Amino acid sequence: MSAPSTAPATSAPRAPLNKKVLAADHPTWCPGCGDFAVLAAFYKVLEKLNYPQEKIVTFAGIGCSSRFPYFVNSHGGHYIHGRSLPFAAGISLGRDDLHVFAFGGDGDGFSIGGNHLVHTARKNPRMTYVIMDNSVYGLTKKQTSPTSPLGFKSKTDPWGAFDQPINPMRTLINSGATFVARSHATQVNHMVEMMYRAAQHDGFSVVEILSECVEFFEGAFDAANPRKGGAFTMIEEKKHDGTPEDAQRHDPTDELAAFQLALEAWPGKFGVYYENKKRPTKNALEAKLIANTREKTKNASDLDLLQKTFARMR
Amino acid sequence: MVSLNSSSNNPEGTPAKAAPSRTLNDVVIRLAGNSQDGIQAVGGFLARLAGRSAQEVMTYMTIPSTISGGPSIFQVRMGTGDILSAGDRADVLVAFYQHSYESHRAALRPGGILLYDSDHVQPNPDDKEVTAVGVPMTSATVEAVGGSSKEKGKNIYVLGLLARMFDLNVPKLTTLIKERFGGKNEDIVRNALLAFDAGYAYPSENLRNCLYRLDQPAPAPDARPQVTTDGNTALTYGLITAGVRYGAGYPITPWSSIMETLRTELPKYGGIFVQCEDEIAAVSTALGFSYAGNLAITGSSGPGLSLKAEALGWAVMAEIPLIVVNVQRGGPSTGLPTNIEQSDLMQAIYGSHGDAPRVVLAPKTVEDCYYTAIEAAKIAREFSTLVIILTDQALATRIEAFDEPDLPKLMIEAKPDLSPRDASFKPYPLDGMTRHAPPGSVMGSGKYPTVSGLEHDELGHPTANPALHSKMTAKRREKVKAVAATYPAPEVFGDQTGDLLLVGWGCTYGPIHEAVERLQASGLKVGHVHVRHIHPLNPGLEAIFARYKQIRVIEINDEGLYGYGQLATLLRARYCNPAIGSITKTDGLTFRVSEIVELVAKNLGISSIKTGARKFSVLAGPDRQ
Repeated sequence: MSAPSTAPATSAPRAPLNKKVLAADHPTWCPGCGDFAVLAAFYKVLEKLNYPQEKIVTFAGIGCSSRFPYFVNSHGGHYIHGRSLPFAAGISLGRDDLHVFAFGGDGDGFSIGGNHLVHTARKNPRMTYVIMDNSVYGLTKKQTSPTSPLGFKSKTDPWGAFDQPINPMRTLINSGATFVARSHATQVNHMVEMMYRAAQHDGFSVVEILSECVEFFEGAFDAANPRKGGAFTMIEEKKHDGTPEDAQRHDPTDELAAFQLALEAWPGKFGVYYENKKRPTKNALEAKLIANTREKTKNASDLDLLQKTFARMR
Repeated sequence: MVSLNSSSNNPEGTPAKAAPSRTLNDVVIRLAGNSQDGIQAVGGFLARLAGRSAQEVMTYMTIPSTISGGPSIFQVRMGTGDILSAGDRADVLVAFYQHSYESHRAALRPGGILLYDSDHVQPNPDDKEVTAVGVPMTSATVEAVGGSSKEKGKNIYVLGLLARMFDLNVPKLTTLIKERFGGKNEDIVRNALLAFDAGYAYPSENLRNCLYRLDQPAPAPDARPQVTTDGNTALTYGLITAGVRYGAGYPITPWSSIMETLRTELPKYGGIFVQCEDEIAAVSTALGFSYAGNLAITGSSGPGLSLKAEALGWAVMAEIPLIVVNVQRGGPSTGLPTNIEQSDLMQAIYGSHGDAPRVVLAPKTVEDCYYTAIEAAKIAREFSTLVIILTDQALATRIEAFDEPDLPKLMIEAKPDLSPRDASFKPYPLDGMTRHAPPGSVMGSGKYPTVSGLEHDELGHPTANPALHSKMTAKRREKVKAVAATYPAPEVFGDQTGDLLLVGWGCTYGPIHEAVERLQASGLKVGHVHVRHIHPLNPGLEAIFARYKQIRVIEINDEGLYGYGQLATLLRARYCNPAIGSITKTDGLTFRVSEIVELVAKNLGISSIKTGARKFSVLAGPDRQ
């Protein structure tokens, strides 16, 4: 059996987390970028969760939003483009005591990292993934992204994009993610609620946050911003109170209903689309495999196991 | 030397006819059939028997890249003394089919024995160079196991025949058969034993009295027991010995058997191996494990290593330790997936973007696969670095016997270092070794580190400061250079000074070793050094090179645009020694001893060298030896 770590068994009492403790480098984002609000909301989520600071891990790929870990005072890392999910899954599977958060944008998550999104959802490791979707490549200065709407004029589609954009909610539900939610960077309380619930979900939880790039796609999400004349329509979740109006409310455990919600016309609704509390995490399944296997070996020591293996090669 | 065939091993009911037999100390048996005939199993039994009898053994196999079927061979060489190669040509050819006979007749030495399935093979009746022995292997097997129409078991029937011909230890072989098939249902074990006994009982007169026995060395009283396995298995258990408990991979031949074994073994040790969606996810998940404090392993074969290359650059930049195994095969692209080539050396050393120094090790034998894995883990942890183990298809699949490792001395218990870091902790100190602080460790400074693929300062903050990039690049380079100080001095076999030094790496160790002996017999003073530490190179090489008039680097890759193989190119660039020349080939096969001798003679312009290979089989009469 693997040896326990060298961490001290008990730690000294500690002060609660707050923004002052959690803030790290000053963000490099452009003034007005939606990601500032996501960061502020994330600090609030960590304050509410109040995990031991050293157990929080933030990881990201490449892109504007992927700078996120530098701005959070936690263990973390800035990995390569599109691959933060398998990396974060490794952290989560190897160390069940940690709270793992991955961050990224729409290019990182749906384009170069699309394969990993599907397979991480399928494997269901215990971790949270926050996608800041601005529907454009910002760091490389305005190319079409996988969520750019049809007709979007970019440096790579000056005549207007004509490749069908990804529907993130549909893709995530279809891939088997066990917690799928959607929010908007102008709605801080809603973001806090979504990320808080995602963090507490036992499995792979994803929150897509529409986060405007004021530099290269200004006004992209105005249709869902009441201050710009749009409508921010929240999903009303079933309360199971037996009232007639409850029948009209959304049941997040209903995959088909979630899928139908995902197909609604732009800008669609915000809230928890889908939540599956029954599917075991990969963490739990691997732990079970280890426990069963160890039982079969009668909890033999590593040395005994290996000596037996070599004896069979004689 | 003539001895009487011992009757003590004969199963009950077989004729204990005292036929004359000659004692041999070395025999090469080639089994040729199709991949589903179980000839690998027979070869495996012979190899393990040799291991259990304190004999030396070396095997060589080819497998088709088709899913099922296709011609396949397994060659096993067993005997006393140093057995370093699988043998250039065979003393016995077992031919299951006409195509096996036709393709491999030329691999049989004059005076050798052609043992063929008379149900399928019609040998050339005019061929008097070898002793042809026809046995109805298929029909005799069907008869022995009870009239089933299946041919299954004819491999074990052949094992019985070989046991009879070479007076092999029957109790040990039947134990091996029971061990191998014991987990399955009893019918399988019974049928296997029936087939074996039938083969063993085949009348020796019909075998044209081709009866021999292998010299049995008396085992040294204090000798460790021998274990018999292939290179991929040895490497896998080396990793486990070294305390590696986490990993991730994606299937590709011939790497897959390492990941399969790790997937089933690691849970026993409390670890996890993840089969990922692709090569990039695999290296990323492995890096995630390493980042979290548990040194992890990923691996692949050539094309898969290319896919991982970007992530390897990150591992170098972020200084996260990782072991990457590359079981080389023929390339580029899908190339020759089941053949042998040593053409990923440059990829292993330089494959990524930017200046990305890493450690590259190359085991030379199956046994060395085990110890190299341990060395790789030690270096990765001590220097917080990427270590690539460069092995190849030949080492991966061939079976050798070696001394059982001294596990209590070798086992490493590794645990993540989550001790609190004091306020002066820097993730990337310029004046010291990077010591990664995994998540879970409390930072005394209150500042938690971000490991980064961006160039960074000592605290891990991104920076494009020109002076810092120079300093950090130098830090990463010097760290890898410092690894060389941990190496043992290189060993030189043969003449320690003289006319010619042969330099090899990887699976060519045995054939080069034997080639040295043959070249010495021609009057040349020849030495051999095998490069296990590919990057950084072993500092002891320069002085060794200076002691020889000529140096030839022997490798299985192309001579390239400038006439030198990949290691030769590297050595010439490193040592600026004009005596360094290159001998390469690209036929996807291991080097034969005679091939090396011939190529060396040609390369040096020497016409007087005899290849030294014995022309006649040891099975031929003494008058033809």
